[in-house]
Amino acid sequence: MAEHREFVWRRLHSLLGVIPIGIFLVQHLVVNHFAVYGEESFNAAAGVLESLPFLLALEIFVIYLPILFHAILGVYIAFTARNNTVKYSFFRNWLFYLQRITGVFTLIFIAWHVWETRVQIGLGNEELSFGLMENILSNPIMLWFYIVGVLAAVFHFSNGLWGFMVHWGFAQSPKSQKIVTYVTLAVFLVVSFIGIRALLAFV
Amino acid sequence: MAENQKTVTFIITRQDSPDSAPYKETFHVPYRRNMNIISGLMEIQKNPVNAKGENVSPVQWEMNCLEEVCGACSMVINGTARQSCSTLVDELEQPIHLAPMDTFPVVRDLVIDRSRMFDALKRIKAWIPIDGTYDLGPGPRMPEKKRQWAYELSKCMTCGVCLESCPNVNDKSDFIGPALLSLPRLYNAHPTGAMNKSERLNALMEDGGITGCGNSQNCVQVCPKGIPLTTSIAAMNRATNIQAFKNFFGSDNAH
Ligand code: HEM
Ligand code: SF4
Ligand code: FES
Repeated sequence: MAEHREFVWRRLHSLLGVIPIGIFLVQHLVVNHFAVYGEESFNAAAGVLESLPFLLALEIFVIYLPILFHAILGVYIAFTARNNTVKYSFFRNWLFYLQRITGVFTLIFIAWHVWETRVQIGLGNEELSFGLMENILSNPIMLWFYIVGVLAAVFHFSNGLWGFMVHWGFAQSPKSQKIVTYVTLAVFLVVSFIGIRALLAFV
Repeated sequence: MAENQKTVTFIITRQDSPDSAPYKETFHVPYRRNMNIISGLMEIQKNPVNAKGENVSPVQWEMNCLEEVCGACSMVINGTARQSCSTLVDELEQPIHLAPMDTFPVVRDLVIDRSRMFDALKRIKAWIPIDGTYDLGPGPRMPEKKRQWAYELSKCMTCGVCLESCPNVNDKSDFIGPALLSLPRLYNAHPTGAMNKSERLNALMEDGGITGCGNSQNCVQVCPKGIPLTTSIAAMNRATNIQAFKNFFGSDNAH
């Protein structure tokens, strides 16, 4: 029997998209949302996270490595498709295309975002605080980049949740797949609201 | 008479050999009532003169059953992949554009090579073994309700329309295509076929198999036989996941 390497890798890609990356994304945006309640609130929430034990190990194994794996395989998957929404402009085909576009955009966004926040903090150039984000988002171009970046990531996660339900064989019938579409749409709206509201709290 | 004879205009994407460049050629064909695409192509074959009045080689295409059950005559008609035998001229906008389904290698004009599908049928063990060195006797019976359900899946004619519409079937990927993910479900549902279920599932887990699907769901929209491809694919996703656990943990390996 063959070892089914591609099968295992693709299932791992799917799983990592939700656990832990998806969970991290939601958690990250919810914590950011503390900014809405004021500077102290945000700094306190961020401080709790910063004081977690084994922080670097947690970050590496729960965030960096899974995203790196998902992103590298994701870029490969994205570029092996020959998108044909012009010829076959069905709803799901558009979502399939958007899943790939938002994946690639999210990768660019995450790289930039991590560079100007986590990496700068690690290098000792910056401090994790309300002021750091306030500073970044005072530039209107950056604000828009962040808004689009958050929307792309949340879309990719929500629509990815739908794909997850199908790839693991939970939603099979057209009816159940449709209901999952509505549920993931709700996830998209709610998480986007939280993410955008948090961003606007810094301006 | 000749002047007011109604005509049908075909703009055909032609190709002289597998490696030569495609080009478009226009033909005017006398109109008859209830014409299908193939009868238009037959007119061109009878009188291979293009719109400029030049004598050209007749346009090549494939056909067999002429009743939408063999799949051989599939081509892209006005942008949509479908069967040329069951597509009626009266239902189409003119001029009518014909092109080969170029997801597959083009042999000549509208003739394509679908052998990748037939190779994949062997890969996924798309049959039910009933032969032995002695009479195996009658197999287990299938409930009528299940037979009716399975009949829908059995309508697949390997026409290739679903592969043509799939963004993940292309020269950059080795994905076997939607039809080939649905057929194992049919054979696994058959009481005799179920005896080799794990072999088919393991074959689906090979490279280019079930993981090639990214859920664009075009296939289910375009299948001329209305096969519930995406339901089959999700069902096979579940079945292969369970098979993977069985393989890994070693429980119940015989099945
Ligand atoms: C915020 C970070 C990310 C999250 C939360 C995330 C989440 C997900 C989820 C849940 C899925 C669904 C898995 C499935 O279809 O079974 C998925 C699929 C996918 N992701 Fe991501 N992802 C992220 C980043 C990326 C990046 C950076 C890329 C790089 C291009 C990427 C590319 C893809 C692709 C191409 C798919 C489709 C896979 C398929 O349909 O087979 N993702 N993602
Ligand atoms: S599943 Fe439908 S579209 Fe695909 S090959 Fe079979 S009959 Fe053709
Ligand atoms: S000739 Fe058989 S399907 Fe058209």
